[in-house]
Amino acid sequence: MTTEPTSVLSLENISKTFRDGASVIGDVSLTVKRGEVVSIVGPSGCGKSTLLRIAARLEPQTTGTCTVDTHGIGYVFQDPTLLPWRSVRANVALLAELQHLESSVLQTRVDEAIALVGLEEHQHKYPRQLSGGMRMRVSLARSLVLRPHLFLFDEPFSALDEINRQRLNDELLRLFEHQQFGVLFVTHSVTEAVYLSSKIHVMSARPGAISRTINIPFGYPREPDLRFDPSFGMLALEVSHALRDTES
Amino acid sequence: MTKKTMRMGRVISPIVTFGFVLSIWYFISYVVMNANRRSVALPPPHDVLSQGFFTWAHNRGIQPIFRAMLVTGRVAIIGLLIATILGLLIAIVMNFAKPLEWSLYPYAVIVQTLPILALVPIIKIWFGANLTSRTVACVLVAIFPIITNALFGLQSTDRSLHELFSLHKASKFTRLRKLEFPSALPAIFTGLRIAAGGSVIGAIVGDFFFRQGAIGIGRLIDNYQKEGRTTELFAAAIVSSLFGVAIFIGFGFLSKVAIRQWHDSATQVPL
Repeated sequence: MTTEPTSVLSLENISKTFRDGASVIGDVSLTVKRGEVVSIVGPSGCGKSTLLRIAARLEPQTTGTCTVDTHGIGYVFQDPTLLPWRSVRANVALLAELQHLESSVLQTRVDEAIALVGLEEHQHKYPRQLSGGMRMRVSLARSLVLRPHLFLFDEPFSALDEINRQRLNDELLRLFEHQQFGVLFVTHSVTEAVYLSSKIHVMSARPGAISRTINIPFGYPREPDLRFDPSFGMLALEVSHALRDTES
Repeated sequence: MTKKTMRMGRVISPIVTFGFVLSIWYFISYVVMNANRRSVALPPPHDVLSQGFFTWAHNRGIQPIFRAMLVTGRVAIIGLLIATILGLLIAIVMNFAKPLEWSLYPYAVIVQTLPILALVPIIKIWFGANLTSRTVACVLVAIFPIITNALFGLQSTDRSLHELFSLHKASKFTRLRKLEFPSALPAIFTGLRIAAGGSVIGAIVGDFFFRQGAIGIGRLIDNYQKEGRTTELFAAAIVSSLFGVAIFIGFGFLSKVAIRQWHDSATQVPL
């Protein structure tokens, strides 16, 4: 048995072939446990986003099994995907509404989630009035309301500038340390992956497969200055090399 | 150009155009036409004002024009209301499943391309030559832009938003209520504004052909033309176009109120 009691996501021998016969994912197995951040880095077209979509059941896999914790999934898209006609507060409440949460519970959880991402003062604004970083926070808070045991991130901060990206990385870690969900994080950024993760899977393309797994030995909580630690640099280098190897 | 001169330009330019049109009007009235022709074909603006607008009598001047406009306006608004409800329902049904769209859309197009004049006799046979028929004519003219714009709006909902709703297993109805309909609102309002203009035209055409019941502005214009009451004919035509403008502005305002907080187009609606 590969499924341990604490694992919130378990992908076993997943493969995916599109209808036109193109094989995007060869054979991928991975697990995510609570209290663990697992990142996937890889060249574009390696099927990392597809893998995430399979985990979220947005797409069926061709073969293999996908087991997900029943507490629901927090899925954070590349774009904040907010409803422009809803205020921040109403956007944060959306998923809870879709899940038919009782309204008194919903209101307390919305308050809590808005406070967690620090948007109390902006809760009556509309998405178009917010900066990119703030929109992403709303998107995060929207999922936090559901208190999922598993978060899936599909390159969530790639549209942000470096400063905002680092800030959101820090906030994500803080939330993670506080709530101890499991995270599967797809990213292009090596430093982001090293900074956040307890484990990094490097994927190669055509068809997508995990070519290397690198464990990150740093514990949590992590301080922002970790980014300038020599051992951090060495790990980033190792991941970069592993990435380069996938292309040769 | 500074902002201030631009704002002044926006106010002054149409006034200049207005003055220009007025002077051409005077020129044709007094220079091109002789006195007989003038009173029948193009009475000068001040005669239209004094005889058409500033004459207060039961059967002359502005009173009958107002009464007729009220009749036509009511038909137009009721027709628009029916067209809106029906049109939205049809768009929602079409959006529900592709086969429904495929089976209904061609007929919606046919309704649009059928010249309303060709339908007049049939409407007359089915509904009589009364106010009901005028309303039916209105609905037929107004419904198509509502269907197409609403359908376009419903179908152009952002794909990743749809995925978000799929992720949480939202039902079709929830999807419609919380996602597709609000996201279609800007397009629906565009359709409404087009339809509003159409329904005024439909009501006036209806007045012409379905002559039973209260006299509408279309019939009044027709009567004035036959009786050679040109100044009042001009006044009636001006009032009916002002009504169209009022409806257009009204819907512009409505859409501004409904979507200004979140949609960019609302800040660019003319007037």
